[in-house]
Amino acid sequence: MTRSGPPGGVAPARPAPPGRKEPPPGLLHRLDALGRATLPGAATALLMVLAAAPAGPPGAVAAVCLPAVFFWSVFRPAVMPAPLVFVLGLLQDLLGLAPLGAGVLTLLLAHGAAVRWRRAIARQGFVVVWTLYGAVAAAAMALGWMLQLLLTLRLPPVVPAWHLFLLSTGLYPLLAWPMARLHQAMSRAEAAA
Amino acid sequence: MLRLSIPLRQALARLSLPVLVAMAFGTMLLGKADTLLAERARVALADVLAPLWAALAEPLRAARNAVEEARALLALREENARLREENERLRRWHAAALALEAENALLRRQLDVIPEPAPRFVTARAVADGGGVYARAVLVATRPGHAIRKGQVALDDRGLVGRVTEVGARSARVLLVTDINSRIPVALEGSRARALMIGTNGPRPRLAYWPQGTPPAEGERVVTNGEGNLFPGGLPVGVVRWSGAGVPEVELFARLDRLDFVRLFDLGPEGILPPEAVARPGAVRLGAARR
Repeated sequence: MTRSGPPGGVAPARPAPPGRKEPPPGLLHRLDALGRATLPGAATALLMVLAAAPAGPPGAVAAVCLPAVFFWSVFRPAVMPAPLVFVLGLLQDLLGLAPLGAGVLTLLLAHGAAVRWRRAIARQGFVVVWTLYGAVAAAAMALGWMLQLLLTLRLPPVVPAWHLFLLSTGLYPLLAWPMARLHQAMSRAEAAA
Repeated sequence: MLRLSIPLRQALARLSLPVLVAMAFGTMLLGKADTLLAERARVALADVLAPLWAALAEPLRAARNAVEEARALLALREENARLREENERLRRWHAAALALEAENALLRRQLDVIPEPAPRFVTARAVADGGGVYARAVLVATRPGHAIRKGQVALDDRGLVGRVTEVGARSARVLLVTDINSRIPVALEGSRARALMIGTNGPRPRLAYWPQGTPPAEGERVVTNGEGNLFPGGLPVGVVRWSGAGVPEVELFARLDRLDFVRLFDLGPEGILPPEAVARPGAVRLGAARR
């Protein structure tokens, strides 16, 4: 942002001279930053709770959680740290009837993969990101199926995992669009601050 | 806030994921070792969220009702013709039922039958579909005053829905009969044969373990079986349908995909109906009349 000098011949505001500490940010600034940092996680948790409400397809909780974790891990990992992913996974397991810990592990591994290759992924166009998300979702559903098998020692049906994969991949653009808008708005706010 | 040097903070950030993955494995072990803990955590969370879901259910129900209303208006004409025909048929059955009831009362008077106590029940609203991909369950909102117990039987206005598996202060979880873990002892009303209804996570549970020589007949009514003192006998469950693959399945009377209210029956040990109560002379006669 360029700033033109105000009329009247007053010298424009100069940056603080080097060697001096930056002044501590004000309360409003800190609240603003806090809101930016917590909004994605809180919105994801709220969405999961809403998805557990009646009249939805079964398993919608996992289908809305994975896109959010993937998107924020790729584009803004600072707002989706691993401990938050852990908490979201725990919430997912408690909202559903899946064995405790299965969702946690799946989400953490998806988060790890997304963060590991985030620079490569974030440079791609939307369709490529979507395809990559599909791959991550397929791997996550397969892992969830395996964990279900290991934890209950019973062969779970394959069809629900397949439906969950389709639902999750199909929901990704719908969820990614508002998240991308939010991401842009947050970037703009940070640039302006 | 804790001030750490940048390399230390980076090292911590790199370490947090493996530590959390290890914690996830720990959670799995914990959930496996102490199933009660997982259940208690689930119930506590459901208790907190039940009022939210209850509030949310209202607009959702309104929207769904509007859609159904529109669909019903479109199908009104043939519905009307069907209902006329059905009404005609039911009128005949009504007459038959009245005659049978009178006859039954007469026979009871002659036999000095001890009347069965009417079971008490609580009606609760189903607020959330708490199942997930691998399970079929609903959450019902209750109030702290009601004494809901594990193992209570849940019915909707048409038939058997499931059994209460987890009870919290403000909510209770009902495992539906369609869940893969559900095993319900049933009786086939026509042949009086006992069988087991096994959930498949699909819309229609299948029948198994019927006595040799009496396979379930297509369209036969299925009721609960009082043997084993798990269930009161004679609760309506559904009708038998043979699937294309040659497996007998039960088309449920209860509409599990649109549960609004469920009745939780309080059937104490003394409230269990005796197995004889399952036998309804009318039903056998109806089957004979059809043949």
